[in-house]
Amino acid sequence: MSQVNRLPHGGRIDRSKPLRFVFDGRAYDGYQGDTLASALLANGIVLVGRSFKYHRPRGILSAGAEEPNALIQLGQGARSEPNIRATQIELYDGLIAESQNRWPSLTTDFGAVNSLFHRVFPSGFYYKTFMWPKSFWMKYEHFIRRMAGLGKCPTEPDPDRYDKLHAHADALIVGAGPAGLAAALAAGRAGARVILVDEQQEMGGSLLSDRHAAIDGKPGAQWVADALAELRSMPEVTLLPRTVAFAYYDHNLVSLMERVTDHLSPTSPEALSQPRQRLWRVRAKDVILATGAIERPMVYADNDRPGCMLASAAQTYVNRYGAAPGKRAVIMANNDSAYQVALDLVDAGVSVAAIVDVRESADGELAAAARARGIDILVNHAIVSVAGKLAVREVEVRRMAGDGKSVTSDGRTISCDMVLSSGGWQPSVHLFSQSRGKLTWNQDILAFVPDRLLPGQNNHSVGAARGVFSLSGCLVDGHAAGTAAATAAGYTQSAGNTPVANAQPAHGPMRALWLVSSTAPLGHKAKHFIDYQNDVTAADVALAHREGYRSVEHLKRYTTMGMATDQGKTSNVNALAMMADLRGISVPEVGTTTFRPPYTPVTIGAFSGIDKGDFLDPIRKTPLHSWHEQHGAPFETVGQWHRAWYYPKPGETMHDAVNREVKAVRTSVGIVDASTLGKIDIQGPDAAWFLNMVYTNAWTKLEPGRCRYGLMLGEDGMVMDDGVTSRITENHFHMTTTTGGAARVMAWLEDWLQCEWPDKKVYLTSVTEQWAVLGISGPMARKLLSEVAPDMALDDQSFPHLSFRDGVVAGVKCRVYRITFTGEATYEINMAPSYAMHVWRALMQAGEKYGITPYGTEAMHVLRAEKGFIIVGQETDGTTTPQDLGMDWIVSKQKPDFLGKRSLQRADTKRPDRKHLVGLLTEDPNEVLPEGAQIVAELKDKPPMEMVGHVTSSYYSPNCGRSIAMALVRNGRNRMGETLHLPYEGKVVKAKVTEPKFYDPEGARING
Amino acid sequence: MVETYQRRSALAHLGLVARAAGSSRERAGIIMSEVPHRTIVNIRGMASDPAFSSAVQTATGLPLPEAANAVSSAGVWQILWLGPNEWWITGPDGEADSLIEALRANFAGQHAAACDVSESRAIIRLKGPKARDVLMRGVSLDLHPRAFRVGQCAQTGLSRANALLHLVDDAPTFEIYVLKSFSDYLWRWLETVARDFGLAVEA
Repeated sequence: MSQVNRLPHGGRIDRSKPLRFVFDGRAYDGYQGDTLASALLANGIVLVGRSFKYHRPRGILSAGAEEPNALIQLGQGARSEPNIRATQIELYDGLIAESQNRWPSLTTDFGAVNSLFHRVFPSGFYYKTFMWPKSFWMKYEHFIRRMAGLGKCPTEPDPDRYDKLHAHADALIVGAGPAGLAAALAAGRAGARVILVDEQQEMGGSLLSDRHAAIDGKPGAQWVADALAELRSMPEVTLLPRTVAFAYYDHNLVSLMERVTDHLSPTSPEALSQPRQRLWRVRAKDVILATGAIERPMVYADNDRPGCMLASAAQTYVNRYGAAPGKRAVIMANNDSAYQVALDLVDAGVSVAAIVDVRESADGELAAAARARGIDILVNHAIVSVAGKLAVREVEVRRMAGDGKSVTSDGRTISCDMVLSSGGWQPSVHLFSQSRGKLTWNQDILAFVPDRLLPGQNNHSVGAARGVFSLSGCLVDGHAAGTAAATAAGYTQSAGNTPVANAQPAHGPMRALWLVSSTAPLGHKAKHFIDYQNDVTAADVALAHREGYRSVEHLKRYTTMGMATDQGKTSNVNALAMMADLRGISVPEVGTTTFRPPYTPVTIGAFSGIDKGDFLDPIRKTPLHSWHEQHGAPFETVGQWHRAWYYPKPGETMHDAVNREVKAVRTSVGIVDASTLGKIDIQGPDAAWFLNMVYTNAWTKLEPGRCRYGLMLGEDGMVMDDGVTSRITENHFHMTTTTGGAARVMAWLEDWLQCEWPDKKVYLTSVTEQWAVLGISGPMARKLLSEVAPDMALDDQSFPHLSFRDGVVAGVKCRVYRITFTGEATYEINMAPSYAMHVWRALMQAGEKYGITPYGTEAMHVLRAEKGFIIVGQETDGTTTPQDLGMDWIVSKQKPDFLGKRSLQRADTKRPDRKHLVGLLTEDPNEVLPEGAQIVAELKDKPPMEMVGHVTSSYYSPNCGRSIAMALVRNGRNRMGETLHLPYEGKVVKAKVTEPKFYDPEGARING
Repeated sequence: MVETYQRRSALAHLGLVARAAGSSRERAGIIMSEVPHRTIVNIRGMASDPAFSSAVQTATGLPLPEAANAVSSAGVWQILWLGPNEWWITGPDGEADSLIEALRANFAGQHAAACDVSESRAIIRLKGPKARDVLMRGVSLDLHPRAFRVGQCAQTGLSRANALLHLVDDAPTFEIYVLKSFSDYLWRWLETVARDFGLAVEA
């Protein structure tokens, strides 16, 4: 039979649009406007899942974001998604859903055996059981991992796309119930930029489930429709339904997640043409929190049986979805709101067997109306048991003893198929709390309400979100907050009148009854669930209390209460209040947990948006990138740069290619793209003074036109960067830095200028990308350059090593530096990047007769290692001084000060036996040591052995005809000639300590 | 000197001219193009020093903007505010050397600096009714016409690159200055976002 519990009329579903869906392999019918939960209920399905720990059969508890039970595996294949709340899944045609955490089926689940052994799964079970013996932990973990978790993650990549953006508003209004709508109307009319979000598909909040409300003389639903039409006509108002505000950060930054196509069949053209979800980051001048309130379930025996539901949820299913959660209800409550539920149910033709009121009397307007309708009202009574494993069958009610802590023998059983409970309402203070606002306890409504705002945040909680539950109170609150937000943002147009609500029945006082007693002692025969999703019971809270875990933070971690995906929306206050009772103190004395993002789970894909694959991290490309690509070069990542690594010819291995490139530079000429080098333009009368301070050597006497190598230290005296700096004119320098260090050095230098030396006249400008750099290096470099730059004088007299000249190369204005990183005669040709490709091609063409060879970063590294030139970050690791590198020659003894100088005087930095940079030559010349290999002086047959250093650079050098390596070795300079051992990969390699110079140690080749 | 046809703009490898020929601008929400070469001179100095601002004005004919993110402009020349003591002077290609010479002559005796950065930046022009929708996917600044007005500029993060945005007119047209090394990334990123809004490429 189809939709057995669908009411014959009523609700906001579209009965002209029937939909078909599949749950656990069976097809059902629903309507457009249904949620999966309302459609299942309409079909008489109350069992929808199994609980996390005990595999208890579970039904639908709520009608909203707070749902702890009805967690569904939605969709199939790559689009399958676990743990989605059935109460928030909008039905579409062809929807496929499955229940979770059951095997082989929902009605017969072997895991339910856990429930029989609940005594061996108490709170703190993991900590108590699995911690010993220690060596077994890995085995336990394997077992736990298999048992834990509810749904299943898809194994294929996510086929959907996601969007993310930034937005700004004068007022961000969260929640489009009566308070939120009133706020949006006021702010919007005044002219403010408004973003109004609501997590549901339809805006209107409680008004969508309320049959009695009227505003400004119109039925509630009509007022909602008119308000939305007016808001849609305002160009500065953005309406975002299906959007949850899930996180509230510093300075009023709020993150929203918009479900763009989740309500559509995922393979429909409409869904495929849009991103699936959209992440909004909203910076709002004011945030109006109209987030409403969440009803609390009462904590009674076996309150998790399918058919046990929040009273207001049943009202929503009946009024909004035209779906009855059952045929015959028993309602238990400690307040008056449940009476309205009873009246609505009866009006809709659903029978209400009894209202079990835990209060000592029920004399309000609503109770009188219920009595008048013939509903049986049992005051000072409690439900003490619920019968029916897979669905509620009957309840037993007893009169309570005077203090409410026990029950009398006076009672009876009542047959029913639903138990609706209302333990009062907790304002949704999640976002307020995330904004770091402080909460306070309101004893009248038995709930936490917003109290003090953190300075720097600006938000206003309105309506039920601050404990104002009356409709007219919500409208007044919302209108005032919307008006205030617009006024504060400088908008002066009229916000219109405050909407006026019709008269609503008054509500009487509540009774605080946090645990409904049963006939058996707590923890025996029945379970009183507090946290449904994590299977935490009242007995667990009592156990935590007995074992001393009494503060809220201990209680939470010990029992895992409030830690599931629902973040304890229905359970936190009940647990806190029960702990307060056990300790004999008030609820606020126990404290409250801190609410953290996200309010509801957010898809990871929404955070990345399109920034995945190539967009995950930008790739910086040089002006010659496409040439390198066309010539087959693989790229090496240096920072965000991609640098050509080597240029393999057909059939060549990397080793072959690098050897060929290295040899070509030593025998003829090589060409390299060095454009990525960091470059800083330094101008000002104090520029030379500045260089004297940031480098270890002397700069004042450098002549214009000349270049000098410099080493930069941190304040700790450790090598931080290096490079060649040239003096352009008296007060104008051009600094180069390492590729990876460019941004850091620039920031470091600016920091010193702006914060420490503000009186010094120096200006810095990054010019890294103003200049492309092509290096030609080798014995034929000068000859080659002379052919493409016929007007430049290149002899050693006119253009000596460590100088630069301006000139025309291949018809292009260039600045050519004679500096070397290979030890060969080298010209670093700097030019505008837009001409780099032209000059490169001209050099390749002119150099063809010399066998000009493009070389990549790998050959560059081998070439410099042959010469013993360091790379900062490779030979250094932040604990390396110039002396450690054997570069004391570059540290001025005359200068009164430079950055790092004082640290070099520390006893530890002056120690003679620090780790020194040395060369290592392996006994077997073909053995290339792995970089990072550890070095031992005293070899033992097995670890532990004392390690005296590590290999920093290691290559095969075709020019030396053997492997070469550099290493940092303790007391290394005093070990020259000594043989050290490198145990790795099951063998021990012997290597001799040498000077870290392997080729042309006299530097004779520098002039070609 | 070398022929200018041998000069390559930052995005030359994308073949934008050919793409523009096959691209319909009708109903496009976004029109993207590369501005190939432009003079950009970075100047540093104290805005509070009248000698400095008059030196700049003498060399450029433009007042030095002192308000944050302000741009002063006349014809093809602009001065863009970058920071309390830093500006860009932008203008037609090939003018950097003569401009710097003029500036340095006027700066004599002052603590001020001029530096050519023309070649360091690529310029992407993003135009059309949906330009803000594209940018708000990568820029956290408020780009509402009341908050970021025509004739303002801002240095900011655009997706994962640093960029300078200049709102040129209310089409709206944004000129986006970005380091050349990031320009391939940024163009492809903008283009990917822009496809949802109807993209055309202009030469």
